[in-house]
Amino acid sequence: MTEKTPVLRLEGIVKTFPGVRALDGVSLTLLPGEVHALMGENGAGKSTLMKVLGGIYQPDEGQIIVDEQPVVMSGPLEAKAKGIVFIHQELSLATELSVAENIYLGELPRKRFGLVDWAQLEANTNKILKKLNVGFNAKTRVGSLSIANQQMVEIARALTVDAKAVIFDEPTASLTDAEKVVLFEVIADLQSQGVGIAYISHRMEEIFKITDRISVLRDGQYQGTVNTADTDEEGVTQMMIGRKLDLSRNESHHELGEVAIEVRGLSCGNLYHDVSFEVRRGEVVGFYGLVGAGRTEIAETLFGLRNPSAGTILMNGEEVTIQSPADAIARGISLVPEDRKGQGLVLGMNCRDNMTLPQVGDLTAGPFVSDGAEVAIFDQYRDKLDIRTPGWRQTVGNLSGGNQQKIVIGKWLSMHPNVLIVDEPTRGIDVGSKSEIHNLIRELAAQGYAVIVVSSEMPEVLHVSDRIVAMYMGRIIRTFTSEEVTEDNLIQAISGIEGGKVA
Amino acid sequence: MKSDNMSNLIKNGAIWGFIVLELIFFQIAGEFWSLSERAFMDLDNMLLLLKQSAPIGIIAVGMTVIMINGNIDLSVGATYALCAIVMLDSMSWPFMESLGDWAIPLAWLFALLTGAVLGLINGIIVWKTGVDAFIVTLGSMLGYRGLVFMYNGENPTYHLNWTMVDIAEWDLFGVETPALVFLAVALIVWFVMTRTVHGRNAYAVGNNREAAVNAAIRVGPHMLINFVLIGFLAALSAVTFYSGSGSVNPNDGMLFELWAITAVVLGGTKLIGGAGSIVGTFGGVIAIQLLRKGLGHIGADTATVNLVIGLILIAVLFLDRQLNVKGKEELKV
Amino acid sequence: MAEKNLDAVGRFLARQGILVAFVLFMVGFSLWNPRFIDIDNVFGVIRSSAILGVMALGVTFVVIGGNLDLSVGSLMSFSAIVVLDLHENPAFGPFLAIPVMFAMTMAIGALIGFLVGYLRLNSLIVTLGMLSAIHGLTLTWSGGQNMDIANQDATWFGVFGRGTALGIPIPVLIFGLLAAVLAILLAKTPFGRKVYAVGGNGTAATFSGIPRARVVFFTYLISSFCVATAGLIQASRTMGAQNTVGQGMELEVLAAVILGGASLLGGSGTVFKTVIGVLILGFIQNGLLLAGLQFYVQFVVTWVIIILAVWLDIATKRGKLWSAIA
Repeated sequence: MTEKTPVLRLEGIVKTFPGVRALDGVSLTLLPGEVHALMGENGAGKSTLMKVLGGIYQPDEGQIIVDEQPVVMSGPLEAKAKGIVFIHQELSLATELSVAENIYLGELPRKRFGLVDWAQLEANTNKILKKLNVGFNAKTRVGSLSIANQQMVEIARALTVDAKAVIFDEPTASLTDAEKVVLFEVIADLQSQGVGIAYISHRMEEIFKITDRISVLRDGQYQGTVNTADTDEEGVTQMMIGRKLDLSRNESHHELGEVAIEVRGLSCGNLYHDVSFEVRRGEVVGFYGLVGAGRTEIAETLFGLRNPSAGTILMNGEEVTIQSPADAIARGISLVPEDRKGQGLVLGMNCRDNMTLPQVGDLTAGPFVSDGAEVAIFDQYRDKLDIRTPGWRQTVGNLSGGNQQKIVIGKWLSMHPNVLIVDEPTRGIDVGSKSEIHNLIRELAAQGYAVIVVSSEMPEVLHVSDRIVAMYMGRIIRTFTSEEVTEDNLIQAISGIEGGKVA
Repeated sequence: MKSDNMSNLIKNGAIWGFIVLELIFFQIAGEFWSLSERAFMDLDNMLLLLKQSAPIGIIAVGMTVIMINGNIDLSVGATYALCAIVMLDSMSWPFMESLGDWAIPLAWLFALLTGAVLGLINGIIVWKTGVDAFIVTLGSMLGYRGLVFMYNGENPTYHLNWTMVDIAEWDLFGVETPALVFLAVALIVWFVMTRTVHGRNAYAVGNNREAAVNAAIRVGPHMLINFVLIGFLAALSAVTFYSGSGSVNPNDGMLFELWAITAVVLGGTKLIGGAGSIVGTFGGVIAIQLLRKGLGHIGADTATVNLVIGLILIAVLFLDRQLNVKGKEELKV
Repeated sequence: MAEKNLDAVGRFLARQGILVAFVLFMVGFSLWNPRFIDIDNVFGVIRSSAILGVMALGVTFVVIGGNLDLSVGSLMSFSAIVVLDLHENPAFGPFLAIPVMFAMTMAIGALIGFLVGYLRLNSLIVTLGMLSAIHGLTLTWSGGQNMDIANQDATWFGVFGRGTALGIPIPVLIFGLLAAVLAILLAKTPFGRKVYAVGGNGTAATFSGIPRARVVFFTYLISSFCVATAGLIQASRTMGAQNTVGQGMELEVLAAVILGGASLLGGSGTVFKTVIGVLILGFIQNGLLLAGLQFYVQFVVTWVIIILAVWLDIATKRGKLWSAIA
């Protein structure tokens, strides 16, 4: 393998943004015919590296070398012309256009006078689609396809040129198992044609199934490259986070109070069905499952953002209907939402105003907002959560992810809820802040809060939960206590395999 | 997928269904209330309707392209007035007068060039400064109107040339020049939007700008071309109308932008860009003009016309929203 | 250290650029022609800006809430016509005419608020439709005729547009008072905070339990209240009105609000900044008139200023003069 000329080589790439060194001397070699995994935690610099490669960012230092020729990438077109193709994670499709137009976006075949050569376009497209073995054709409108099929359109784009290197960014995030098989066949096919493949993914099982080598980034720094065959999950994780993966379970239990919230037979359309569980005061219940298993939707229903189609919610033994977030707040439910920037914060507002937003109507002196009361709340939770900001006037959009998340948590703690729901509490947050937030969640339970944690990270659920609810395709498969849970039976449960005692 | 096609069919067909309804309604209502002896669905009446819808219609075609791009142009009314002034005024420049009737094509050319340049200015500002097209053209709506006034104060500008009037009133099988121009413009731009690379890119840019950028479509020059196009079309609209009328007031063309946008939205083009069609806009223009004429036919005044058009616009928006509701379990935000 | 200070100055200029430009403009013009800052001239300018200004105050709420209101010009014509007509109607007279007109204007504002807030329809199109529909209503009401007060000496109705108190013209007082009240409402009350939140990030506001629909509804109600006030001043000043008296003002009003620095995306802007925006437009017009230029030169100047102001604003935010559009 080593004698081959690399199709793509990066040498000492440095990219800085105001205040951050996003990439710090990253080097990478992509050989023809290999599948090369690029791994790292969120914020490790993977997407910045990809944008440098694609010519969206220009590196401050270092070189990109294609076929042993140093090149400057000035834009996506140039990258593509040099045979480097990106399959984007966020679907980069024009949904109102046809499949064919999307696949050849930016390079529609032309006849004279700038006319589109429809015949050739359709012929080319159908040839590619046949290879992918999909159930739609060139003329289908992309907007009418499922997300997975849209992903296949995105992948089809890679097959339009004589690619030297194809970069897949989290391609399987929204694919079903059957669709993954097709994708892996496509990758194998490209591989056999001598194309170098860079594969970014968080899913270890895929990495070990299809890749030849693994390169790891951490905090913008290159951590090294290993042969996949010579390592295992633990080794890679260690490279990624700089220490061993902590799969320890929560062992201490707090004294449990009465049932704070109980759900009986709750359903919501196709999102989830017949869900029942209860959470006691002083208890942390983790909801674990794959993306789309219906966990977030349950949280949103409890917070009055969705109307359940069946079932009941009981608080302190009484049946309640929660029509709106205002209802939920009045009943003492708080939700720290999944999407911090989209749902949790008004990024253009300052720290204090964001934190007091749900209760601003009550913090009044006469008809006016009481400045003193607001600042007092902010100061209290800034100290309690160790939020690092120059002052409450700082615009939230300027804070780091961890501090932003703490603002959201502070916002909801300051409401003194009976039930606290946190959805993906540590997504996109650095390691240090992560464990702080985990400790905080345990501490809150100790103080008598009933806490629901929705998470896609196994270490996180294992670490904070007294009980774990495993979900698959909108159903609860099993509820574990922290004593009976193991990695294996948890993974089985979220894959839909019912074993042991069913909840 | 099936229901998707179904609702698309409803959406695309809606404007034509509405037009048919209007025709039937005014035909029948006309029997009872109309003061005139003539039926509403009279050929001459329909040809007249097409001619009358030309000034807004030509602009609306350009507006469709701009809105598919995800932009908007509020300055078309002022552009229209300024081009009309340039055309009529240039006819009385000494060297133009010495050319006799040959001055006519030259005057048209001046007007069309003016329109293209005004569009170019908008386009360059949108491209280079990154200021939203709504604000840019809101500004130039004021600015271009100021230029209109600066040209000739608050006085009307006129120049009547009978040859020009003859050309403007020339007809082919009863279809007069303005109607022909409108039809030709609609046809050509329809062809561009459905058959050419530029047209397809227009949809991509409006639908998912990031995707277009990633696919290396040069968004800036692309939008620039469309702004030049709408400036040119506003000028063409002025040329077809004022060649016949020969006199322009500095306030002419006011609210044209709003009428054009109304027609485009009625025709199904999305305000956020990415979707829409020239055919739909053509329907929207005809529907509005039918409503004006029809209401006039049964004796209603301008007041009712304004009221009805405004309410219909809101109703269309409401129906479009109802068609897009996903279901009861949807997130309530 | 000096560099740091320079940086701070730059940031201040960028943030308060419009205020700085305003001050420079005033000083420059005053040096050139001392009549410019003559107290009568200043009051004259503010008085003639008051109608536009009062409308701009209301639209500021709508824009910060993340929406547009293109119907204010049309609605202002409506309220002026209605109040004049009711004034002439012996069954009403001035005492009843004013509250009834306010109620009717605000009922229309409530309808718009319902459509945009509760039904979640696009505000641009809704208010565009309302522009046309209200114009129709106005024409129906007036029968297409201009409205005039027949016996102008017999009524106190002119006080809102023509009167003075303590030497200050009443329209200026109304504008100032309303600006002060609305500035406090926006900056100091929970409602004001909610308007910023809804406009800044509507989803996050909903996730914080803020009733988004109701907040948007009230921004339109406030806007219609301001429009009614503007209509009253207009009708009172001229003791008569045309059906089209407010035509085209919607975009001038929006220009003033944007000039003040409110973003059309919502979530930013203040009442004070809008007042500055209104005054800039007013003083530019006045300055150009004093310089012997026609009123319409102002349009061209406004165009250039709006583009420069917004451009400067977004250029400082992105840290680059030119856009990144390829």
